[in-house]
Amino acid sequence: MKAAVIVFPASNCDRDVAVSIERTSGVKPLMVWHRETTLPDDLDLVVVPGGFSYGDYLRSGAMAAHSPIMREVKSRSERGLPVLGICNGFQILTEAGMLPGVLMRNARLRFICRDVYLRVETHDSLFTDRYETGETVRIPIAHHDGNYFADDATLKEIEDNRQVAFRYCDEEGEVRPEVNPNGSRANIAGVFNRDRTVLGMMPHPERLAEDILGGADGKPLFLSLVEALS
Amino acid sequence: MKRPATRCVMRRPGAPAPSVPPVSAPSRERSVTPEVVAEHGLSPEEYELALGILGRAPNMTELGIFSVMWSEHCSYKSSKKWLKTLPTEAPWVICGPGENAGVIDIGDGLACIFKMESHNHPSFIEPYQGAATGVGGILRDVFTMGARPVANLNALRFGSPDHPKTRHLVSGVVAGIGGYGNCVGVPTVGGEVNFDPSYNGNILVNAMTVGIAAKDRIFYSGASGVGNPVVYVGSKTGRDGIHGATMASAEFNADSEEKRPTVQVGDPFTEKLLIEACLELMATDAIVAIQDMGAAGLTSSSFEMASKGGLGIDMDLDKVPQRERGMTAYELMLSESQERMLMVLKPGKEAMARAIFDKWELDFAVVGTLTDTGRMVLRMHGAVVADLPIDPLAQASPEYDRPWTRTERPPVVKPDDVPARDWREVLKKLIASPDLASKRWIWEQYDHMVMGDTVQRPGGDAAVVRIHGSNRGLAMTTDCTPRYCVADPREGGKQAVAEAWRNLTAVGARPLALTDNMNFGNPQKPEIMGQFVEVCEGMAEACRALDFPVVSGNVSLYNETSGQGILPTPTIGGVGLLNDLGRMATLPFRREGDVVVLIGDAIGGRGGWLGRSLYLRDILGRAEYAPPEVNLSIERRNGDFVRGLIEDGRVSTCHDVSDGGLLVALAEMAMAGGIGVSVSTDPSQAYAQPLHAWLFGEDQGRYLIAVPEHEADGIQREASRVGVPCRRVGITGGETLTVDGGEGLSVASLKAAHEAWLPNYMEGLKSP
Repeated sequence: MKAAVIVFPASNCDRDVAVSIERTSGVKPLMVWHRETTLPDDLDLVVVPGGFSYGDYLRSGAMAAHSPIMREVKSRSERGLPVLGICNGFQILTEAGMLPGVLMRNARLRFICRDVYLRVETHDSLFTDRYETGETVRIPIAHHDGNYFADDATLKEIEDNRQVAFRYCDEEGEVRPEVNPNGSRANIAGVFNRDRTVLGMMPHPERLAEDILGGADGKPLFLSLVEALS
Repeated sequence: MKRPATRCVMRRPGAPAPSVPPVSAPSRERSVTPEVVAEHGLSPEEYELALGILGRAPNMTELGIFSVMWSEHCSYKSSKKWLKTLPTEAPWVICGPGENAGVIDIGDGLACIFKMESHNHPSFIEPYQGAATGVGGILRDVFTMGARPVANLNALRFGSPDHPKTRHLVSGVVAGIGGYGNCVGVPTVGGEVNFDPSYNGNILVNAMTVGIAAKDRIFYSGASGVGNPVVYVGSKTGRDGIHGATMASAEFNADSEEKRPTVQVGDPFTEKLLIEACLELMATDAIVAIQDMGAAGLTSSSFEMASKGGLGIDMDLDKVPQRERGMTAYELMLSESQERMLMVLKPGKEAMARAIFDKWELDFAVVGTLTDTGRMVLRMHGAVVADLPIDPLAQASPEYDRPWTRTERPPVVKPDDVPARDWREVLKKLIASPDLASKRWIWEQYDHMVMGDTVQRPGGDAAVVRIHGSNRGLAMTTDCTPRYCVADPREGGKQAVAEAWRNLTAVGARPLALTDNMNFGNPQKPEIMGQFVEVCEGMAEACRALDFPVVSGNVSLYNETSGQGILPTPTIGGVGLLNDLGRMATLPFRREGDVVVLIGDAIGGRGGWLGRSLYLRDILGRAEYAPPEVNLSIERRNGDFVRGLIEDGRVSTCHDVSDGGLLVALAEMAMAGGIGVSVSTDPSQAYAQPLHAWLFGEDQGRYLIAVPEHEADGIQREASRVGVPCRRVGITGGETLTVDGGEGLSVASLKAAHEAWLPNYMEGLKSP
């Protein structure tokens, strides 16, 4: 699998996700600087990693969505290249219009870093094939702006098309408002585009992909990609 | 600011005569009057000394430079004499105090670079920015030396929870630390938080950064090479933070909040760029010397670099990147704008270096040249605006041997003389008390996992961060028990060092070295100076006995408001090494049926030490008596024994016994693991008499381990062979915590209370 990780000046999970990709695929991903305007033709996957892109003093991801490299990412994605956005990457993909909805400030207005439980809403995607539909996984979040919002019409469309990838749930897999960490509508933690070739998620699968770090529930996501794209 | 070197001091012999052409003073500058001198925090004697050095009266710019260079914060003039007494050497120490941070050898060609620094005064005035820039400053101290920062910790002390400002300060400081550290992408993995009324008017924000560098690529601050370019990189200089160092060297009063303009504003995005750009440049061979601009900004960085190299600098202030128009030389030299560095490059490397900083969109300006004059010559608009000899300012700053008195030793209380209370009520209250309640509300606001190497997260005895790409790890902790230090500064100083050593040991790490952050009141009061002296004595003794040297540190004095000083707080930041992360201990009970074994014993072998305990303070409302003694040979023997068990892979559940004593430690292990424990004592023996002293005494040098039954006997036999006290105190299992049978407490309800206090307090739901 030939993957590219986009690097903005204040990306800070670029190395972490590159490590996870290399550990699962055996191939180092290409690190692509934000000022680049093109991506190699033979890419299998683009990852937009977590961090603070250009500082995010404006709305998170708003400036990055208009960066030179994101124009290329968007156009390649429209031609079917798979794209994974994690945390700040998810924010950037929504700001770039590549995914529905927006990410607002957390309901409690504070940064939250903790493990959360997620219910896998479908295993039917190149990102989630190694999970079971309905499975509960534990993966950390670390964000200030992860409160997913979409208006009623958009939300209905997302649900009707089964575009929700993950929802915040309790340890038993029950999706309840009390375990919603950030106020996201319908406890949404990750969404696909219509074709399920783009996934944006607030939780960080790369942070729990090794037992020594306290768990490996994030690893199947990378294994799924390697299997689908190699 | 860094602490004065205790070892080699480079001096340039034979300074040239101070006869200089008259230095021009811009017409709009104020003239230097005794009032202006006093406003700058210089005593009349210090001003006389300055006149002697200069051979004439300084202009305003020069006075400003004297003022910050000789501030307590930069010059360590009250503390120097005593800091020199701390042990700073060990075979694994690469660089002790005197540089931006301390450096130790951690094997495999790597070095660990770390330091702790206070940002107390600014954080009280403006908690978000004060704390944020504290984090930024300590990060720069570490990456300046060539290390990639891998972890942050912070030790925070706030006033009483019912003081009207406390909630606001907690909220602002925590948000500031998170806002900065989260953006730069360095995990905040540990620290400590205490509340005490003595901090009502002076909170403490002590931030620590730990970094890793290649051992053969460490960068120092001593300039060399006459003619080499002096280069300014990073953010532009603005008018923020002028006289921060002077502010931080004075007591507060009712008007202190008017000093808000002296607090700097942080920009973590720029810091992230600066880290990456500096590390990229450091991978080349362009840098001769580098120094961050911290307290006293361009002044202290340029003077220190020149002084260490025995050289002079000719600097053109017009070249300094400026955020605002019309800045004066005085403002440029005294600004504490953040995210700036000064470096000396090898000749001819400017273009290559500039390209790196261009890539990261940071300012890069050649602002001066190294000279052999030993003088700092500053030019602006074509005129010389300051001309000062460097060594007398940087190294011959005043040094005081301030009068001091010993703290009177409080009496020792016998366990039987302290009234007993039902252990259930005591435990419920203690684990939900401000000092012992879970600090999850705080550390969940810090990204503690970024960089993907956090092996032990906040909440344990020490945080553990994997050395990237290896199976080895660094353990780190911050510790101090100010209530012990105020009662007996010498024992308190020993205890702070010993507890840091113990916390590192409890995860299985070999403690290597420490950084200290000495927070005290006004050193001009003999009793406060005495606290400082005695704490140093105790620390030195512990450092020696435990082979745990001081490699860096920071002093913060004048933590007083309207004459009310803080508890003496020598915060210790300890770092240790784990050679195999597969053999590491953590705090939670892992399974039912494990035998819980106490290593170490109460002093005298009976009851427990209740003087200055949380039992005495929080249950009986009495801050009295002598704190527990620290027997350093026992401390070392017990710790080495426990670490050996962990290294042998025989123990993987371990917790040290500290604040609140044995039962609190057991409850912490039970709550973290979600498993109960039945504690039992042997009524035929005296060790647990009286019970409340045994359960809540704070005797030092003790650990709890939980092991399968088949390990327990062997461990007890070995312990008795080497003379380490070792006693079975309970069995894990069930959902409750019980003592000698009888009614127990549900672990789940204890945990709920333990977790609830801080969030409820911050939401204003329950009065503390």
